[in-house]
Amino acid sequence: MKPLNDVIASCPPSGIRRFFDIAAEMDDVISLGVGEPDFVTPWRIREAGIYALEHGYTTYTSNAGLPELRRLICGELEKRYAAQYAWDTECLITTGVSEGLDLALRVLLNPGDEVVVPEPCYVAYEPCVSFAGGTPVRVATRWEADFAIDPATVEAAITPRTKAILIGSPANPTGAVQPRAALEGLVRLAEKHDLYLISDEIYDRLTYDDTHVCLGAVPGARERTVVLGGFSKAQAMTGWRVGWICAPQAVAELCVRVHQYTMLCAPHVSQIAAVEALKEADGDVREMVADYDRRRRVFVKGLREIGLECPEPGGAFYAFPSIRSSGLDSETFAERLLHEESVAVVPGNVFGPSGEGHIRCSYATALPQLEEALVRIDRFLGSLR
Amino acid sequence: MREILELLERDASLSHDTLATMTGRPVAEVSAQIAAWEEAGVIRRYKAVVDWEKVDGAEATEVTAFIDVAVAPARGVGFDDVAERISRFDEVRSCYLVSGGHDLRCTVVGSNIRAVSDFVSRKLSTIDRVTATATHFVLHTHKRDGDTFFEPEPDHRLRVTP
Repeated sequence: MKPLNDVIASCPPSGIRRFFDIAAEMDDVISLGVGEPDFVTPWRIREAGIYALEHGYTTYTSNAGLPELRRLICGELEKRYAAQYAWDTECLITTGVSEGLDLALRVLLNPGDEVVVPEPCYVAYEPCVSFAGGTPVRVATRWEADFAIDPATVEAAITPRTKAILIGSPANPTGAVQPRAALEGLVRLAEKHDLYLISDEIYDRLTYDDTHVCLGAVPGARERTVVLGGFSKAQAMTGWRVGWICAPQAVAELCVRVHQYTMLCAPHVSQIAAVEALKEADGDVREMVADYDRRRRVFVKGLREIGLECPEPGGAFYAFPSIRSSGLDSETFAERLLHEESVAVVPGNVFGPSGEGHIRCSYATALPQLEEALVRIDRFLGSLR
Repeated sequence: MREILELLERDASLSHDTLATMTGRPVAEVSAQIAAWEEAGVIRRYKAVVDWEKVDGAEATEVTAFIDVAVAPARGVGFDDVAERISRFDEVRSCYLVSGGHDLRCTVVGSNIRAVSDFVSRKLSTIDRVTATATHFVLHTHKRDGDTFFEPEPDHRLRVTP
C-alpha cells in the first residue's frame, strides 16, 4: 500500500487519550480530567432545541449561519468588549471553535509558514497548525509568571517564515488569563512583523478576577486578528457543536469558502439553540460562572493547603498546580494517582513541555467530589513522603 | 453578602469556612454576619429537603392538598385574622392571600385523605367568615421549592476529555 498522509501519520495521538482509556475501565473514579462543564445545557436552551426539531428546522442554513445568530454574536461582542464586527461580512458560525481554528489556519497559512504557539496550550493547537501545512513553533511560558506570555520571548521565536501567533485566553490547561499588557505587546509585535493573530476565546465568559479582553478590540489588532468563540463552555453546550469566527472581511470570506465546501453549515438545531442562549440564558450563564468561581476558590485553597503550589487560575475551570514537590514527573504522578487513589487528572506535559511538573485539574465537578478528591490527593502525597 | 444568603438557601449545610472561601471573605466576618441574620430573623431556620416517598414508600406518604378558601373580609382586618387563625394549625403548611376566585390558598398535610378531609370539614370550613372551600389533592410531586423529585440524568461526560 502507498503511504498515508505524512503529516497526519506522524502526528502523535493526544496524550489525554491514554488516560481516558485507563480511567474508563475503573470504578469509583473521581474525575478531575474532564474538559467540559458538569452542568447540562440550561433547560430553556434545550427546550428551544426540542421546539426546533418539532417544527422541522432540520435543514441546511446559509453557509455563514443564521443571520439572527450572527447579529446577536456581533451585538454581544460590541456590548461586552467593545469589539466591532459586521455580522454579514465578518462573522460566520462554525461547528465549534475546533472547526473555527481549522478554518482560520487553513485560510492564513501557506505551506511552511510558521505559527508561534505559546505553551502549555490546548492539545489541538499544534496538530491543527501542522494539518494546515504550517509549522508550529513553541514558546514557553512560566508558571512563576502565572503563564503570562512574554512578548520578548515570542519575538525571539519570530523568523521570516512566521505568519501568525496563536493564543488562548483564558487558557486550557492553565486557567491563565493574559494580562492586557501581554496582549498589547503581542499586537505591537504583530504590527512590527506583519503577523496575524489567532485568539481562541472560548472561555471568555469564564473570567473571575478581571473582565475579559477581546483581542479584536485591542487597538491595532482588528485588521490582523481572528477571534474564535463559541457556546460550549459558558452555555454548557459542548455536544451541540456550535461556535463562531469573527475576523476582517477578507479572512472571514475565505473561511466561509472552506466551510461551504467542507461543512456546509453548522447544525441548524444547534444554531437555533444558540440564538436562545444569547437571547434568554444570560442569567443561567451568570449563575454557572458564579458557581465555578466558588468552586475555584475552595479547590485552589484546598490544593495549597495540602502542599501543592498553584498559580492563581483567573479563568476557565482548570487549576494547574505544580507537583514538583512530589519528586515525580507529571505522567507518573497522574498514573499513580489514578491507580492508587482513583482520582483522574491530566498530566501537564501533554499540553507542552512547560506543562511538565504540573497536573491539570478541572473543577467542573460537584463540590463534595472536589473535596473528596483533595482528601485523596493529600493521602497520595503522604504516601510518597 | 446577599450571595451568602443565596448559597445557604440552596445548601444550608455549607460550613462558615467554606462559605468564606467561596465568597472570598474572612471567616469571622461571615460568622458574625450569619449570627446577625439569625438574630434579626432574616434566617428563620435551617431545614432539609426530604423526599418522603423514598422513606415511607408512595403508599404510606402523607397526603398533601391545596385548599382554596373563600373568606368574607371584615372591616379593619380584611382577611388577616382568618388567615392567621388558619395558619396556626400544624396541618397547614402554607397559607397565602391570593387573587382569583378564592381569597386564601393553603397547603394542608395529613396522614391520609380522610385526615385531610376531616380537617377541612371540621376545622377549616367551620371558622367564622369562611364561606367556601375547594380541595385539590396532590397526586404526585414533580418539583417543590426549586427541587425536582425525578431522578437526575446521569453524568454523560467521558471521564477524561481535552
